[in-house]
Amino acid sequence: MIRVEQLSKHFGSIKAVDGISFEVADHEKLILLGTSGCGKTTTLKMINRLIEPTSGGIFIDGKNIYDQSPEILRRGIGYVLQNNGLFPHYTVAENIAIVPQLLKWDSKRIEKRIVELIEKLHLSKDQLKAYPNELSGGQQQRVGLARALVADPPVLLMDEPFGALDNVTRSKIHAEFKALDELKRKTVIMVTHDVQEAFELGDRICLMDKGKIVQIGTPAELLFKPTNHFVESFLKEQRLQLEFKAVRIKDIWSLLPHTKKVGSADLHADISVWSGMESFKSQQLDHLNIKHENETRSVGFEQLVTAFYKYQNSRANE
Amino acid sequence: MNEHQQTLFEFMRQQSDKLLMQTLQHIGLTFISLIIAVVIGLPLGIWITRRKSFSGIVLGIAGVLQTIPSIALLGFMIPLLGIGVKPAIVALLLYALLPIIRNTYTGITGVDAAVKEAAMAMGMNKWQVLFKVELLLAMPVILAGIRTATVINVGVATLASYIAAGGLGEFIFGGISLNNTNMILAGAIPAALLAILFDFLLSRLQYLNLKKLKTASATLPVLLVILASFYFIPSAYAGKLKAGFTPEFMGRQDGNLGLESKYGLKVHPIVISDAVMYKAAYEKQLDVISGYSTDGRLKAYNLIVLDDDKKIFPPYYAAPIVRDDALKRFPDLEKTLNLLSGKITDSIMSDLNYRTDYLHQTPEKVAGDFLKSRDLLKPPRNGSNRIVRIGSKIFGEQYILASMYTMLIKGYTDYDVSTKTGLGGTKICFDALNNNQIDLYPEYTGTGLLAILQAPSKTIDSLTADNNKTYNYVADEFEKKYGIKWLKPIGFNNAYALMMREKQAKQLHIKTISDLKRYLESNQ
Repeated sequence: MIRVEQLSKHFGSIKAVDGISFEVADHEKLILLGTSGCGKTTTLKMINRLIEPTSGGIFIDGKNIYDQSPEILRRGIGYVLQNNGLFPHYTVAENIAIVPQLLKWDSKRIEKRIVELIEKLHLSKDQLKAYPNELSGGQQQRVGLARALVADPPVLLMDEPFGALDNVTRSKIHAEFKALDELKRKTVIMVTHDVQEAFELGDRICLMDKGKIVQIGTPAELLFKPTNHFVESFLKEQRLQLEFKAVRIKDIWSLLPHTKKVGSADLHADISVWSGMESFKSQQLDHLNIKHENETRSVGFEQLVTAFYKYQNSRANE
Repeated sequence: MNEHQQTLFEFMRQQSDKLLMQTLQHIGLTFISLIIAVVIGLPLGIWITRRKSFSGIVLGIAGVLQTIPSIALLGFMIPLLGIGVKPAIVALLLYALLPIIRNTYTGITGVDAAVKEAAMAMGMNKWQVLFKVELLLAMPVILAGIRTATVINVGVATLASYIAAGGLGEFIFGGISLNNTNMILAGAIPAALLAILFDFLLSRLQYLNLKKLKTASATLPVLLVILASFYFIPSAYAGKLKAGFTPEFMGRQDGNLGLESKYGLKVHPIVISDAVMYKAAYEKQLDVISGYSTDGRLKAYNLIVLDDDKKIFPPYYAAPIVRDDALKRFPDLEKTLNLLSGKITDSIMSDLNYRTDYLHQTPEKVAGDFLKSRDLLKPPRNGSNRIVRIGSKIFGEQYILASMYTMLIKGYTDYDVSTKTGLGGTKICFDALNNNQIDLYPEYTGTGLLAILQAPSKTIDSLTADNNKTYNYVADEFEKKYGIKWLKPIGFNNAYALMMREKQAKQLHIKTISDLKRYLESNQ
């Protein structure tokens, strides 16, 4: 668990981060969201001490991070940068091996771990000897991710990790990111200015403005229970798409047709309506079997969309 | 053309021992100073990337050092470090500093900020970030700086011969003094080839890919040290008395060559610039030096002239030499210049030189005071009726004479004067006259005979004893060959001479050059 207490960072008279506090539970994915200059990146970099705070404290699993040297702290925290920050003079394999070498792993262990990781990240073994500039942007970002994950740190910090990628590559990597089992065991704090990305990847979202937290909560909470006008207007433009992402199939379960089905399930009702709709498209089927608790239903695309709009209307009338 | 190349080749083959030694010295000087410059410049460059507020000052100082003319910088070094290798290396390394510091700074600050941040975020400490990331990524830029510094050093190292540090400058400046093109080329061509060669080799290194660069940057220091060690192989100066001669004196028949052939004197001299030689003798860095008999520093530094008992130094009576076409264009010129003829004796010239060289009066003041005392000074007429161009070689006596002629022309004629003083040695000055860049300059009969006409040895033998014969021969030949006229001699004889400190000469009972030879042989 990460606990941030009354954290502030002033650059001269500018209060980049102004007394913020929040907690991130183990294995939770927290997104720091906001426009540029809101203090989200400064907050992230204070967690691995790339920036030293003006005041306040940060605790990981109850331990004050200022009690250890920054080098030791950082070796236990994965870090992914927007422009990947790969060493241009190191091969892919050498880039991934940086942290294990700092931790003095033996070479066999490093090699084994690298091979294991690159398979999970859909990189080929041939690319290990290549230099970063010989790879595509998406591949470079995967190597950056591998480098952050290689020593299996419990915490992963990501600074706009997918910001430099084109839309097609980005949505592909989003999907892989969500499916990656390595990440399921990690506490992740990710910075982004992309609202869609925040809703897609975050368990909770921390919306920041002018160095302060405006609202922190699940995507649905931000969307349906905004604390003020700023939150509402921040999400307004892309509201429909965000709602598809914020609402889970289990939320609209009672509105779906009761066509019970016996047999294996294609989907689980924990996923968002948006993900469900994407599954119809990718699997090219009329009906999918969706499972919620002990019940499996066969649902069509139109039926899913209709149920979502019914749910939306009922909320609007509340 | 063919014949010319052959003679150059012959010269180089004849002098191959010297050429090899000078080349090795040159390489050694270049790389010793380069290594020290890297050892100082690289950490300094790194340091100012960490303390950015100092970067302006450090780069500024290094930049100013770069703009100091090389000869001036060498001059500054002498009071601090004497003559020889030490000041030469220090001067060279000061020149090499700027490109190394600047490129280290630019290289490191140019490393992608995201890469540096990633390195820190991975848990590297500051030394690991420096050595594993910043320096390696900055290496191509740093190497480019070292490359620039090397080429600069190969060039500036030619000037090291001015302060007795050897190198290919001995041939180059000796050749300029002696009007010997082969000698100049024998020094200049290898120096240019060295610059091209090192530039090429370092450029190969610079464009190696990043992977190979890691091994290359490890072998480079070893290579540099090997090249630097060249300097220490040839330095077999020995002997009871230390001799230092100017490059000009070294190569002349009426200089060191004559001392060797006529006296059998072998003193193993080091080569040194006239500008520092007297001081070096005074400070006991040297015991025997070559010099001019009218030099003011004789008096200043208590030096005495050794008697030339076998008469190898021909007379060097000074006289203005003027282009014939200039005499036609300026009808009043000849009689004005001749106002000075016969007016200055050896002792007067010594005294005038003493005033400029030692009392640091300006040549203009010394010239003016002298003309006033002889009632020759008239206020300038401020005529603007065409311009007479006066040249001079690069030493005090010539400056004084040029000033006197300037004042006389301005006072007695309606011509205006432009002076081009400090035209290096005989070759540069004479070429300027011959190519109509100047109209006149003061020259010496002996120099005309030996350096410019390069008269055959038979002719020289028949003339050397007699001043008038020499003057007449030179005047005739100049008129025939170049259309240049020797006006009447000024009076003094500024001949070559060997000199020692008065005290030491008395102690050792050395009065003549033959005495010197006897003393050296008795001890060997």
